[in-house]
Amino acid sequence: MFQLAPNHEDDIVRTAKVNFTFDGKSLLAHEGESLAAALMRAKQLHISDAPADGAPRGLFCCMGLCQECVVQVDGKTIESCRLQVSQGLHVSSLRR
Amino acid sequence: MITDIDIAIIGAGPAGCNAALIAAEYNLSVVMLDEQASPGGQVWREKSRAILNAPRTPESVAGGLIRNAISQSNVSHLGGVRVWHIERSEDAFVIHYENAGVSCFLNCRSLVIATGAREYVQPIPGWTLPGVLGMAAATSIFKQDLIPIGSKMVVSGTGPLVFFVAAEQQRLGGKISAVVTSNTFLDWMKALPAMLFRPRLLFRGLRWIIALYVNRIPVYWGHTVTRVEGKSSVSRVEFKKIRKDWTPQGEPKFIDCDCVSMGSGLIPAFEPFQLVGISLEHNSDLGGWVPKQELDGRTNVDGCFICGDGAGIRGSLAAETHGKLAGLSAVAFLGAKISHPIEKLRREHAKATSFGEAMSKLSIPRPGLTKLTTAQTVVCRCEGVTRAEIEEEISLGAQSTISVKSGVRAGMGLCGGKFCQTAITDLIAKAKSCPVNEIVPPTARPPLRPVSVNTLAGDFNYSDLPISKPAPL
Repeated sequence: MFQLAPNHEDDIVRTAKVNFTFDGKSLLAHEGESLAAALMRAKQLHISDAPADGAPRGLFCCMGLCQECVVQVDGKTIESCRLQVSQGLHVSSLRR
Repeated sequence: MITDIDIAIIGAGPAGCNAALIAAEYNLSVVMLDEQASPGGQVWREKSRAILNAPRTPESVAGGLIRNAISQSNVSHLGGVRVWHIERSEDAFVIHYENAGVSCFLNCRSLVIATGAREYVQPIPGWTLPGVLGMAAATSIFKQDLIPIGSKMVVSGTGPLVFFVAAEQQRLGGKISAVVTSNTFLDWMKALPAMLFRPRLLFRGLRWIIALYVNRIPVYWGHTVTRVEGKSSVSRVEFKKIRKDWTPQGEPKFIDCDCVSMGSGLIPAFEPFQLVGISLEHNSDLGGWVPKQELDGRTNVDGCFICGDGAGIRGSLAAETHGKLAGLSAVAFLGAKISHPIEKLRREHAKATSFGEAMSKLSIPRPGLTKLTTAQTVVCRCEGVTRAEIEEEISLGAQSTISVKSGVRAGMGLCGGKFCQTAITDLIAKAKSCPVNEIVPPTARPPLRPVSVNTLAGDFNYSDLPISKPAPL
């Protein structure tokens, strides 16, 4: 049937959930989804602090340009919109 | 990895993919480099690995077709790599890129730049709060991860993207508190003639808008969000009616929400053009600074061709035809005889362009929008520089974004000035009371994307470094 504004929420099949940590907090995400999406689902919006005044910052451009969603994984800095979540991933924010 | 090739294409959106596919038909070695793992660009962004099955959308279908075509072609697709510098040697272009933490390069005889666009977001008080993100940003989350954003979203911006964001948020199970758009219904009526040539897109757009009314979601035409409030994340937005030139006026109104998706049109990613030596010119109708261009993607740099939104915002339909034309130009430059019907492609491109330009016209910010940026608004997000600080620097004699950058560090941060230079250019033009096109464009410098020093240094032993003997005393 024609639907004007369909809701597809229940028609999307995702991978199983895995555990990862964000600043020590244990969180769940679908294996392979972007960390940006996983943090959004877990309502962890405050990802970094502005270098100059320490104001809270989060995901802004979602295409690897703004550098405001960068986190650290294994000592490397990476944008959370460009990182896929895997089981046991340990993420630290750059919050001060 | 072969490092000497015929044609390199940077960017794998509609323009880059079409350039690559057509060029690969001429028995030339074609490499397409792209930041994302799969081809598609922002408009046809591939679903993440976490999505096993999902209803199809026009974007996912078009993306699937192009990804299939690329995988069956002779195009070598280098996905998930980041081009950070382009140099010119005597008879080639040298492309430096990062691949999994290693810096690599390749030489190409001809280069097609199809690096697309980024979003312009007019700085307003509170726009740096977590929970505020671009409209294009929202669409990339929607396409890649298929999740809604926040639990109560306000969409505020210009052009067709406002309604796409609202529709997708609801399709994925999210809520919209309100849609606030600078355009009036009359603006849309004026764009109608151009849209009639694309009845399917027109129908889709109408459906988005009607659905908002059916679902009783408030739509504020001719309004804009003027302030985002909240402590550590968004709690509500203030919005106002705007005049014809988009100057906010009248009583502030408020809507509670926990996220805001906002955007004021797209701007071409002009930095790669500057690195190769293509001159820029200012064209507000095409999104600001655009590369000077000739027929079929040719430029003032021999062997370098441009296509897609990076060459001026004309939308994805025009990017496809522009990509084909630029790809053929690169092939012809290398001496091959073109067998494709160029005249026919040009006609298709002209048709696609007229639709794209009508959509761009709706999206392009009008002068009054700059008034949203108050004196204390952070303009340079990376370095936390306010409008007042930038204006003081301008009053002290800074005449370009470069001098503002050296003076107060606005544009010096990790994003490389990509999200503040347009607003700074507007401030300089306003202070000098001159048109924006009289302001010198920013100068792009490598790296185009942040690269770690470790990556740049590569593998070497300190003992291998040649150190000449000290001079005798």
